[in-house]
Amino acid sequence: MSTAATPVELTRKDFESDQEVRWCPGCGDYGILASIQFLLPELGVEPHNTVFISGIGCAARLPYYMNTYGMHGIHGRAPALATGVAMARPDLSVWVIGGDGDMLSIGGNHLIHALRRNVNLNILMFNNQIYGLTKGQYSPTSEVGKVTKSTPFGSVDHPFNPISVAIGAEASFVARTHDMDRKHMMETFRRAHAHQGSSFVEVFQNCNVFNDGAYDPILKRDVRADMLIPLTHGEPIRFGADGQHGVAINEFGEPYVCETTEVGVANLLIHDEHRPDPTLAFALSRLASSPHMPTPIGVFRDVERPAYDAEVRAQVSHSIERSGAGDLNSLIHSGLVWTVD
Amino acid sequence: MGATTTLDRVVIRFAGDSGDGMQLVGDRFTELSAAFGNDLATLPNYPAEIRAPAGTLNGVSSFQVHISDHDIVTPGDGPNVLVAMNPAALMANVADLNPGSTIIVNSDAFSERDLEKAHCTTNPLEDGSLDAFTVYQVPMTSITVEATKPLGVKTRDAERSKNFFALGLICWMYTRPVAPVLEWVEKRFANKELVREANLAALKAGRNFGETAELFSPYEVKPASLPSGTYRNVIGNTATALGLVAAAHKAGLPLLYASYPITPASDILHELSKLKHFNVTTMQAEDEIAAAAIAIGGAFAGSLAITGTSGPGLDLKSEAIGLALSLELPLVIVDVQRGGPSTGLPTKTEQADLLLAMYGRHGESPLPIVAARSPSNCFDAAFEACRIALKYRTPVILLTDGYLANGAEPWLLPDPEALADIAVPFATELNHTRPDGSQEYWPYLRDPETLARPWAVPGTPGLQHRIGGIEKQDGSGNISYQPANHEKMVRLRQEKVDRIANDTERVWTDCEGSSTTLVLGWGSTWAAITAGVRRIRIRGLEVHQAHLTHLNPFPADLGELLKQYEHVLIPEMNLGQLSKLIRAEYLVDAISFTQVNGLPFKAADMEQRIMEVLNS
Repeated sequence: MSTAATPVELTRKDFESDQEVRWCPGCGDYGILASIQFLLPELGVEPHNTVFISGIGCAARLPYYMNTYGMHGIHGRAPALATGVAMARPDLSVWVIGGDGDMLSIGGNHLIHALRRNVNLNILMFNNQIYGLTKGQYSPTSEVGKVTKSTPFGSVDHPFNPISVAIGAEASFVARTHDMDRKHMMETFRRAHAHQGSSFVEVFQNCNVFNDGAYDPILKRDVRADMLIPLTHGEPIRFGADGQHGVAINEFGEPYVCETTEVGVANLLIHDEHRPDPTLAFALSRLASSPHMPTPIGVFRDVERPAYDAEVRAQVSHSIERSGAGDLNSLIHSGLVWTVD
Repeated sequence: MGATTTLDRVVIRFAGDSGDGMQLVGDRFTELSAAFGNDLATLPNYPAEIRAPAGTLNGVSSFQVHISDHDIVTPGDGPNVLVAMNPAALMANVADLNPGSTIIVNSDAFSERDLEKAHCTTNPLEDGSLDAFTVYQVPMTSITVEATKPLGVKTRDAERSKNFFALGLICWMYTRPVAPVLEWVEKRFANKELVREANLAALKAGRNFGETAELFSPYEVKPASLPSGTYRNVIGNTATALGLVAAAHKAGLPLLYASYPITPASDILHELSKLKHFNVTTMQAEDEIAAAAIAIGGAFAGSLAITGTSGPGLDLKSEAIGLALSLELPLVIVDVQRGGPSTGLPTKTEQADLLLAMYGRHGESPLPIVAARSPSNCFDAAFEACRIALKYRTPVILLTDGYLANGAEPWLLPDPEALADIAVPFATELNHTRPDGSQEYWPYLRDPETLARPWAVPGTPGLQHRIGGIEKQDGSGNISYQPANHEKMVRLRQEKVDRIANDTERVWTDCEGSSTTLVLGWGSTWAAITAGVRRIRIRGLEVHQAHLTHLNPFPADLGELLKQYEHVLIPEMNLGQLSKLIRAEYLVDAISFTQVNGLPFKAADMEQRIMEVLNS
């Protein structure tokens, strides 16, 4: 439903609202916001056909900073609010923004159901492993033993692995990126946008106030090469400055981190985003259980499946084609009708 | 066969096991009577369990239908005729019968084991406990088995057709043609030959039994002289669904109905799911909260959005309704009230969600409330709820209840052309001038009369804006924590709802003659109150009746009306919720009359209570 206006070159400015950004100085969210605002002009979707929906939390403030349509909803419900928008309108690019608490704790149910339905949404989950807006309680992605205001003796909760949750929830597009790499974020968000159906992107994000440096063991510049495992479709999975590490498959069919020289390049696992079976993608998500181990990054899974909202609309339009547009008078008069004179 | 006796009305109750198909035959008899031209009202009553153990008191399901040759409003207090398919059905219902009533039992189902399951120590057919009634013992099971034997139906399957035998018998007793039922059976069981043939045979056997057994003389209830027009029989949930579709049509918007399965509201979802060619989208959400949130998303994107539920679901939707209220988007929440608290009585009726609808959200969160008073009135109430939601950009709660949802009555069909045009324009233009003379869009710049904010849907060029649950600046809609602004916004949201009173009909009243006493009701008690008031008038006494469709805000003329009476009696199926509101709002010393047994008031109880007030 894009309008007949003369196509103009859109810039980052076109996607910035007039509202002052109010995250804490140094928050990873600034970098993510910038990546989104840099990317959108390249996608060919105009601001008025773009909608950002969020729940509650620090990340959830993002829609206020976008010069698009936006809704700052209630805690955890953003995937459901956005499902309503996507169902009603095929012409909109709908983005869902939230944090790990919003999407995996209070809103876990809506997230998994949006993913299994494959609603046409781009869901970006900023994972900082902490509750920021409520000032520092542990989150469903915090590591066991986390000492916070609500867990002075350490958390005993076992955390979620968001990528595993998404794949387990039948997601058709699952990816991971991080707030220190604009290029990687933009590329990942671009892929998410291009995908038809639900796209789930976990963004490692630093909360410099309540959980500073949570990802340092894998994201500091000097360790990245050895600690991030880039996933590239059709390529052997290798990492390390010289590609000296890799991922191979063991006798049980499970992926494991290996030394390239030991197994040989030919025996490294070739990454296939499009494998219909999610088992291997799931197994890749299990390579790292915390940001202290070599961690895969990039697109885990990208498969085609009909989008829920498109299917719903198709049923409506087929019904109209088949039966003709409904006539209210005959609907009211349907069934056994009689007349009293 | 004796001569046909003419009756002005009769109340028949079909009672049996949950698996006996009593609701089905009740529905069929209702349709027949409706088409025949009787006025009628029905009361289905069934347990929440799909199949409680067969033959037990917990498993009894019944369907009561009141047919008459004149205008009636209630399904009747106690039945004149009880059809009991087993001892449990007899024992669970016999207390509702007046002496002299008729009981027709399936005598095949009174074995010792059957009696035991119904906790009968002696056989009621033999112990004299039914002496006050006329009892007909009909071996329904064995005749049905006999009649279906030539078809090659197994005995067990044949027994399942005995409800059609009962229906055939009652059709004969009340001189109804069975042809429409035969047709219905043909259609319904088109693909199940044996079932179809067995049901047809049982139906005919029942009718023939009546004709040949010479046990009873047939009765006749002539067509009622209802106001002229075209009618159909309708249950409340269907009328609600049609009202929503009509509203979407008259608003020129697609309808989005998001719901989670819950008794007794699910039939609205079922009904709407069939109507996709009316540009209706239905969505079975993952939970009640999601259903509300999905509807809000739909409203933001420009649909007429509805979420339907019953009490427990309304609890869950509270936060989302608060969001809709803060976003000032149109949304209708249908609450088909059932017995509470908690899971309560899922299949029974109650009116105890009024204060929940009124106050069940944190903060100052007023919203309009509309209530339906009869099954067919659900259509009008649903339409009105949508009209208000769209015009004022507000969530509206529509209250119906379990009795209305499943109860049937003839519906004088409206002319769709005559329904109001309730379309509201979407915003398409910038609406505010900045100090530097440039233009911008303010999502909370209100209409000076209705205080509604503009509705700019995504996709509209230039009107991009952000809304949210955080308090926002009046006008610009930007986040604002300023004390004065919050005070202003809280009062504006209240004022917006209050002003709706200028835009709704006057209180519905029936005030013949002069009286010191007004009976004020809301919702489905309309039937029992009306019947009670009629009985008082038959006694030659005068009492006035008023009934509320709008519970928030109250109609503008309600205060003046209440002042005219010495006594205001408020019957409700709760512990006095409207009564509290009326007392608080108007300082009227209202008399509360309450019943919370999961069933509608009886006309006789209403009559008695009104008499007490008149005599006080």
